[in-house]
Amino acid sequence: MIEIRNLAKKFGTKTAVDDVSFKVEKGEILGFLGPNAAGKSTTMRMITGFIPPTSGTAVIGGHDILTESIPARRKIGYLPENAPVYPDMTVFDYLAFCAEIRGFRGGKRSRAVEETLEKCFLTDVKRQTINTLSKGFRQRVCFAQAILHDPEYLILDEPTDGLDPNQKHEVRLMIKEMAARKAIILSTHILDEMDAVCTRAIIISRGRIVADDAPANLKTRSNLHGAVSLTLQGGDPEAFVAKAARIDGVASAKILEKEDDAAKVRIFPKAPDAALLNTILVALSESDCRASDVFVEQGRLDEVFRRITS
Amino acid sequence: MRTTDSMTNILAITKREFFGYFGSAVAYVFIVIFLMLLGFFTFYISNFFEMGQADLQGFFQWHPWIFLFLIPAVAMRLWAEERRMGTIELILTFPITVWEAILGKFLAAWAFIGIALALTFPLVITAAYLGNPDLGAIFCSYVGSFLMAGAFLSVGIMTSSFTRSQVVSFIIAIVICLFFILAGFPPVIKALSGWSPAWLVDLVSYLSFLTHFMSIERGVLDLRDIVYYVSVIAFMLFINGVVIQNRRTA
Ligand SMILES: Nc1ncnc2c1ncn2[C@@H]1O[C@H](COP(=O)(O)OP(=O)(O)OP(=O)(O)O)[C@@H](O)[C@H]1O
Ligand SMILES: [Mg+2]
Repeated sequence: MIEIRNLAKKFGTKTAVDDVSFKVEKGEILGFLGPNAAGKSTTMRMITGFIPPTSGTAVIGGHDILTESIPARRKIGYLPENAPVYPDMTVFDYLAFCAEIRGFRGGKRSRAVEETLEKCFLTDVKRQTINTLSKGFRQRVCFAQAILHDPEYLILDEPTDGLDPNQKHEVRLMIKEMAARKAIILSTHILDEMDAVCTRAIIISRGRIVADDAPANLKTRSNLHGAVSLTLQGGDPEAFVAKAARIDGVASAKILEKEDDAAKVRIFPKAPDAALLNTILVALSESDCRASDVFVEQGRLDEVFRRITS
Repeated sequence: MRTTDSMTNILAITKREFFGYFGSAVAYVFIVIFLMLLGFFTFYISNFFEMGQADLQGFFQWHPWIFLFLIPAVAMRLWAEERRMGTIELILTFPITVWEAILGKFLAAWAFIGIALALTFPLVITAAYLGNPDLGAIFCSYVGSFLMAGAFLSVGIMTSSFTRSQVVSFIIAIVICLFFILAGFPPVIKALSGWSPAWLVDLVSYLSFLTHFMSIERGVLDLRDIVYYVSVIAFMLFINGVVIQNRRTA
């Protein structure tokens, strides 16, 4: 378990992280979300022992990062922001160096390196100097370094930054596969990624936690949650909207856009889970419009994100 | 257990840094410049062949001045480069202490300079062939030169931790090293003794790399001189550690 206790960091008079506390258990994938400069990287740097906190601490698998730094760091795999690696080493030499630092010797060392190369699809470039690799491959080399020693705790700062869609998918799969045995904290700006990968999301803004919930629950906070969107063809959409707005349980209904024959309409319920769809469909069949598309909104993370953090 | 762990950690860092020198052309350029400068000074300025000295004084006397420029160049990348590239974030979150990282880097650079120094060996063979040199004194001078190189290097690695710019590190290192040389440079000592008390003159000249090097060069490997160099190295590496641990950023 990773336990973050009242972590705070001040740079001069500026507070980058302000009293952040949470726990991550094994099996969890915690998505760390927030606008630029929210303090995500700073928090991760404190958890991994790179910079000392102004106050508070992080306890990694029972070891305090401040007082038992080395045993704590042994249990962590860390992918820093921008994936720093030594440019003038070959991929193999670099990973061999990391393995040695992690205490692998002799045959064990080469085995750990080879396995990791394979897992991260780096076998083909293992003799290549890192500065001749593309950005995505460099990112993968750094990711490989983080999982090389099969750590119990993974801290990944924007792990899919700079990867192509296929690689993003591979990395997400890998993270999900590893999750059962590990506690993982990852930061990201991609909301779909968080939705697809994370079991829990923490949103921070200006250094403070503003939301801590499962992604599905976060979505229900959206204004859109439960709204019904329709695309109508022909007829008189204005009449339909006026009628829909009078239905019991509907808060409002409006035309989003209108083009030639087609109109996009959205109907918002008063309470998110009122089962409105049926009544709306009845109203629809009584009107002279034909629907080409009906959709009940789940809620949008980006909308929730914007509302919480601005 | 802890100490063997420490040793292997230090060794891992040392290996990486050491082969890092040879991975780029820098190592070869450095060695060539070092040997050419030494050769030039020894043969053309000191007139090595005509001196007929048994202790190679005309060769060793140039070491501090050549080290002054070349060793800060060897040391400048050790931390500055790590900070500039952000790799410091990895090395400092590995399960090793700051001291292991510093020692590993220091030893790698020191070993590298040791190799450059060893490559001057043909000169000793030439001297032995031409005359009858005092091999004991020469051995002492090599040890002294290597220790002095360590002191220069410790200044360089310390200034490298101040900044992410190699150039800035290089310049600050030269300024500090120059002070350590000049404090024992005979003309400076003479000027100083004209107006300041004897204890101050002694203290200043005691602090100099040059004073202790000259005393070793005479053929006596005095424990006090060794202690001096080791203390300078330990002090500089200590400052290095404090700087790295208290840095606010990469
Ligand atoms: N070394 C530093 N010195 C001064 N201020 C800093 C330092 N490091 C970070 N900050 C400030 O702390 C705040 C949080 O930065 P941080 O890098 O943690 O943001 P982030 O959430 O990771 O943003 P991004 O999404 O852009 O990566 C920012 O305002 C930043 O300017
Ligand atoms: Mg960041």
